[in-house]
Amino acid sequence: MDLNELYTELILEHSQSGHNKRHLKDANCTERGHNPSCGDDITLELVCSEDGTIKDASFTGIGCAISQASTSMMIDLIKGKSKEEAETLADIFLSMIKKEITDDEELEVLEDAIVFKNISNMPARVKCAVLSWHTLKEAIKKGA
Amino acid sequence: MVSFNVEKIREDFPTLNQQVNGKTLVYLDNAATTHKPKYVLNAIKDYYEKYNANPNRGAHYLGVSATEFYESSREKVRQFINAKSAREIIFTRNATEALNLIAYSYGLKYIEEGDEIVVLISEHHSNIVPWQKIVQIKNAKLKYIYLNEDYRLDMEEVRRKITDRTKIVSLAQMSNVLGTVYPVKEIAEYAHSKGAIVIVDGAQSVPHMKVDVLDLDADFLVFSGHKMLAPMGIGVLYGKEELLEKMPPFLMGGDMIEYVEEQTTTFAELPRKFEAGTPNVEGAVGLRAAIEYIEKIGFENIQKQEENLTAYALERLKEIPYVKIYGPLDMKDRGAVISFGLEGCHPHDVSTIVDSYGVALRAGHHCAQPLMKYLKAPATSRISFYFYNTKEEIDIFIDSLSKVRKWLGYGS
Ligand SMILES: Cc1ncc(COP(=O)(O)O)c(C=O)c1O
Ligand SMILES: [Zn+2]
Repeated sequence: MDLNELYTELILEHSQSGHNKRHLKDANCTERGHNPSCGDDITLELVCSEDGTIKDASFTGIGCAISQASTSMMIDLIKGKSKEEAETLADIFLSMIKKEITDDEELEVLEDAIVFKNISNMPARVKCAVLSWHTLKEAIKKGA
Repeated sequence: MVSFNVEKIREDFPTLNQQVNGKTLVYLDNAATTHKPKYVLNAIKDYYEKYNANPNRGAHYLGVSATEFYESSREKVRQFINAKSAREIIFTRNATEALNLIAYSYGLKYIEEGDEIVVLISEHHSNIVPWQKIVQIKNAKLKYIYLNEDYRLDMEEVRRKITDRTKIVSLAQMSNVLGTVYPVKEIAEYAHSKGAIVIVDGAQSVPHMKVDVLDLDADFLVFSGHKMLAPMGIGVLYGKEELLEKMPPFLMGGDMIEYVEEQTTTFAELPRKFEAGTPNVEGAVGLRAAIEYIEKIGFENIQKQEENLTAYALERLKEIPYVKIYGPLDMKDRGAVISFGLEGCHPHDVSTIVDSYGVALRAGHHCAQPLMKYLKAPATSRISFYFYNTKEEIDIFIDSLSKVRKWLGYGS
């Protein structure tokens, strides 16, 4: 994987636009995720309704372009989805990273986040890409 | 002073002469670990091909030879740091294990409720976490000496923090993040006047400068072989004999005993009292060879080369806009480690991008999270040199660094 594949326009746009990076006044679930070894540290904020829909989502914190972009893409994806659907997407994303799912059609549901498909060719950066997805699963497990 | 030819020296280091990512390797992560010259590799190979036995056991030829190898390495270390006796040199796995040995053996025995252990805010985790454990067990207190704006240390602050209650002052002679070299001798003198003992973490100093335990009046000194051309898995604990004598063993088992009865044991004499189990002879042999190699080059040459490189790198880094250096900006009391941030760029991305140009540097918290918090920097990038680095390598690094912001989508 060379730099052109890693720092794509899409990833840079997500990491720099910050359109999902803010506090949610009425968040009813927050979950922190961090990679102590490299200093990525994000907090995911969710607004979940009674029926289990993720009505709004955002994040705060700091990290590398990869972790920030991956988080932002994930938030775009899960907004408006049910918690079950969000969890399924997280599982698909993590399976993609592990190369357990390689079929592009199957991965289409991940939308922009499909750009991380080849991140496992850069082992040092895998943790950055998966951070927010693990954090999301943790949040749902704790009953967001 | 023998003449110093860096190109010739680099021929001794097989790992330095390779391509990574299609580019010539520029290795600037020497504070993490250094590469190994053929002289060291051959010494280890030779040992295994001709000797290889358990030292201190058995009277056969190989066993006796292994013992001689092992003990002559100890003697070499003694001479290298100017200890009085080889009984004061304990082989460990690394600096971390040596610090744990002191904490668990000396700390548990001599720290009492209300006592204080003082460290610097810039310590490596290995010189923080064991003390946290000891003060927790003993209901004692861990105190930090903070730094000035210029990342140096103020003796006023030292005198404020070291009190009559202080029993241990433990500090790195050189910070692995900031590059600051601290006035250990002066601090030791003050600590001793207050009745405290002084532990010097030499992980970053011993490879780069002459460290003389008698001159520093250090009670303990620890360091790791792998940061000074030797293999991983060998480290050194130096302790004043009278302190080591009154300390209980750290690990129990074979080699560290004298007589074992069913219920009781008497322990071996120094240094074996602290070396349980079959030792790392290969590591000791490698460390001796590493010291011989370093001595052949000479600290005068080593320091001159590192000073030239560091001064040049500082100057060139200052040329790049958006760079912030964490550490002294001039060469006074400063070693060959430079931490920096590049505005708007996470160190992780910096590291990946320069790596694609063949440059190996370190990104992260450098095992010094309390310092990072103190600096209000979640992570930094770090370059660190050894005598085999060159100005050309710094140019390649600066070149790659100047491209990072573009890669990350900034106009400049
Ligand atoms: C100042 C300092 N102390 C201690 C250590 C620990 O060394 P080791 O991991 O070899 O035990 C390091 C290594 O980075 C260091 O830089
Ligand atoms: Zn990261």
